[in-house]
Amino acid sequence: MIELPLVEAKQVSKTYQTPDHAGRLVLDSIDFSLREGEIVALLGKSGSGKSTFLRTIAGLTQPTGGSVVYRGRDVLGPAHGIAMVFQSFALFPWLTVLGNVELGLEAQGVPKQERRQRALKAIDLIGLDGFESAYPKELSGGMRQRVGFARALVVNPDVLLLDEPFSALDVLTAETLRGDLMDLWTERRVPTKGIILVSHNIEEAVEIADRIIVFASDPGRIRAIIPIKLPHPRDYASPAFRQIVDEVYGLLTTVPGREGGKRGQKAEPLGLGYRLPSASVQQLNGLLDTLMEPPFKGRADLPHLAEAVSLNDDDMLVLIEAVQIMGFANVGGGDIEATASGRKFANADMEERKQLFAKALLAQIPLAAHIRRVLDERPGHAAPETRFLRELEDYLSEEEAERVLESVINWGRYAEIFAYDYDRGVLSLENPGA
Amino acid sequence: MQQRWGLPIVAWPARLRPGLWDVVALPLVIGAIVLIGWAMKEMSVPYQAGDELPISLDPWMLPEYGLRSVLRMGIALCFSLVFSLAYAALAAKSPRAEKLMVPVLDILQSVPILGFLSITVTGFIAIFPGSLLGYECAAIFAIFTSQAWNMTFSLYQSFRAVPVELREAARMYHLSAWETFWRLEVPYALPNLVWNMMMSVSGGWFFVVASEAITVAGQNTSLPGIGSYIALAIDQRDLAAVGWAIIAMGGFILIYDQLLFRPLLAWSQRFKVEAITSDESEDAWFLTMLRRAQVFRIVTFVTDIVVGRMSRLYQRLAPPRRVRAREVSHTYSRGIDIAWAAVLVLGAAWSLYEVIVFATTEVGWSEVLRVVLLGCATMVRVVVLVALASLVWVPIGVWIGLRPAVAHRAQPIVQFLAAFPANLFFPVVVFLIVQFHLNVEIWVSPLMILGTQWYILFNVVAGTLALPTDYILVASNLGVSRWLWWRRLILPAIFPAYVTGAVTASGGSWNAAIVAEVVKWGDTKLVATGIGAYIADNTQAGDFPRIALGITVLALFVLAFNGLVWRRLYNLAEERLRLD
Repeated sequence: MIELPLVEAKQVSKTYQTPDHAGRLVLDSIDFSLREGEIVALLGKSGSGKSTFLRTIAGLTQPTGGSVVYRGRDVLGPAHGIAMVFQSFALFPWLTVLGNVELGLEAQGVPKQERRQRALKAIDLIGLDGFESAYPKELSGGMRQRVGFARALVVNPDVLLLDEPFSALDVLTAETLRGDLMDLWTERRVPTKGIILVSHNIEEAVEIADRIIVFASDPGRIRAIIPIKLPHPRDYASPAFRQIVDEVYGLLTTVPGREGGKRGQKAEPLGLGYRLPSASVQQLNGLLDTLMEPPFKGRADLPHLAEAVSLNDDDMLVLIEAVQIMGFANVGGGDIEATASGRKFANADMEERKQLFAKALLAQIPLAAHIRRVLDERPGHAAPETRFLRELEDYLSEEEAERVLESVINWGRYAEIFAYDYDRGVLSLENPGA
Repeated sequence: MQQRWGLPIVAWPARLRPGLWDVVALPLVIGAIVLIGWAMKEMSVPYQAGDELPISLDPWMLPEYGLRSVLRMGIALCFSLVFSLAYAALAAKSPRAEKLMVPVLDILQSVPILGFLSITVTGFIAIFPGSLLGYECAAIFAIFTSQAWNMTFSLYQSFRAVPVELREAARMYHLSAWETFWRLEVPYALPNLVWNMMMSVSGGWFFVVASEAITVAGQNTSLPGIGSYIALAIDQRDLAAVGWAIIAMGGFILIYDQLLFRPLLAWSQRFKVEAITSDESEDAWFLTMLRRAQVFRIVTFVTDIVVGRMSRLYQRLAPPRRVRAREVSHTYSRGIDIAWAAVLVLGAAWSLYEVIVFATTEVGWSEVLRVVLLGCATMVRVVVLVALASLVWVPIGVWIGLRPAVAHRAQPIVQFLAAFPANLFFPVVVFLIVQFHLNVEIWVSPLMILGTQWYILFNVVAGTLALPTDYILVASNLGVSRWLWWRRLILPAIFPAYVTGAVTASGGSWNAAIVAEVVKWGDTKLVATGIGAYIADNTQAGDFPRIALGITVLALFVLAFNGLVWRRLYNLAEERLRLD
């Protein structure tokens, strides 16, 4: 028997119009299908377009190329039968729990009696009974997201879209809510036939998904599809589970342009338009410290290290990318290992660390080297930030260019390779007060 | 489905049975309806220019006059609400309309409010010949202009600030545009709107008083109200009557506050998106009564049904959401964009041409220059006054703000002072100037800031209250004191709040110039040099071209002043001195 997919995306592309009409590709020819009875998790670094892709399926945004098909028809706007749960809950604060859950039914014109009945049933199902008359601001984050789920489930959707629904919650609350959702799903107590989950938590994705789709950035495209055949409920500690987590970590931590770069092998240099991650220098210091200390002593399993420094996967990925491009560590197969210069850095004192960081920054990051060169060559040893912003905008969107420049300024200031005056927006070589 | 057009099946819910609060509420409702009906009738009595409308200085007439003034305020507020909803919705939804509507609003905001009165009054009289209604409309329109722009800006900003995910949720759950407006956008905008309404009404009392005694081409018309009462008291040099008017006005402002804004503010709290429930302690006994009395539940019950039906109707009538062919619509819409920009540019060029023709033929360039110089004179007054008021109120505001208990008690008083129409005090000041033979050019000036200085105090108190205690503790721990304490801690910390207050105060002073630069006490008329006096004099004389010239120049001054001074300070405050 051939099963028709519930939702199918064919060659979906999305280009954002930039002010100069150049257009920036954020999604590049994505083919995807959601089959009945399946949970699919979308993973990727922030900015990989996974959220945009979810919104394309939701009909909240239109692809500029290709199409999304649901029940044999093109999705041109929010379709009946597809419901969504939001990261920020997106509850109407002036409506009670009941009012929020009823809203979708009301908009469909469901008569009052039936509306009330169905809403109360959904509230009961998600474990919110007793809170019907509460306003969202009276509830904790976990309870609020339960309202979000009840509001989605009450319209009996075929397809449930989850946009990082657990990431605004603390670990314990997220765990409980995820468990409750999985119970509803595996016991078939909801008519939902398929779920797409956008997540930034790798273990979460491995725990609940039947398939994980890893997105690559610039432009957003599918990098890998990983089927997970483990039975539910899944055991975090089992070797099979750990192996998949490691595999996903490995896929997500390879720096673009250095794919397949094995230890010791000469890496391909980065370009000027490279999206420097917004990693905090303090955290980078801390990560290398932790990596060099016992129990890791220079080599660690990435999920373990993430746990040890208590960072979520999003922040962790940013940091890992930063230590990699600076040449302080190498990553492969879900493991991280400090390089010689990484070890030297971790053993150095504050002043030495700055010098090592400066050396690595000028050697590895073309943007930093470029700024330093321009400042050296200019007679006054100063240049307005707009000069560099305009250069970056040849490669990046305006917003992204600002983020990258801010990041390189932060690193450059720490390394003391140049100074920046916020009030005047000027980069220079002078030391403040000197 | 089938019974959509049938009668609603109204099940009388148990919660709608009468209760104890109804004993109080029911007479209140009926009384209010009767009063409004009576006042409406009074507003449209036959009237010809030149007729005497008997105004009496008997203090016992004040409740009636006050009621008429209050009613004008209420009507203007309703119109402001409708106007701002429509204008803001359009500006926020259509990028093309936005391009024109937002700058227009900015300019409308800079036009002196009494200027609107001078310009429109003849038109309104022509619409309702032989009736007092024309004059009433002109007065109401002036009050409307003192409220509407401010409220519209607040709504526009709120509409634009609705969180993306809430909008997406509304779309995801298939709310129609109509439902999204009433169930998402308007509720989201409510807390700010209510606050702005309260501020607008505060400012509005000034213009209620100022707009009741209308002069058209030498003919005086006094609409029954507190403003006319005080105008007559000035005419007859009756200081006691001025005192009575001040007391009565205070009473009416208190009633407005208690019956309208306390309940509105407390109620609007629940529309706040942040999870804070701090201001729940708003003392709103009237809201409690409204909530408990069943009479009002019937009202909400009925509105629910009406709104529900309306949205069904809208769903039926609205065309199904179009599926746009993207490629085609893109070039097409760019074409319209260009055409629209061309229309705007041409319109602006044509207007500019008209203005130049007008200036050369009607008034002459030397007159224009003279008015600009007068504008400079008024500007000097405004700058000096704002500086002086700041010197006085910043230290006092900081002193109060550092003592939360004092601030808590002072807050309603300052708010009351800000609402109180300062023009009621004008006669007192004029009386003093006449008595002690003071210099008119200097001593008339304080009148301009009399009513608006409170905004500086109010904002400085709020800014100091918001300063985290940690900062103050750190400063005292490091031994930072006196001048250093002001320079490094307090002044930067309160700067954003201070700028907001000073903008309001300076705007109010420009507006007040028209009434403050020409003041009377009986037959004595004191005139100071300035653009306000120029407009007031020409309004008196009914010289339309010169009124227009004066108002245009004044508006340009306000625009330039805002753009060159306040906006820069505001940006500075936003970028560098925000506490978060």
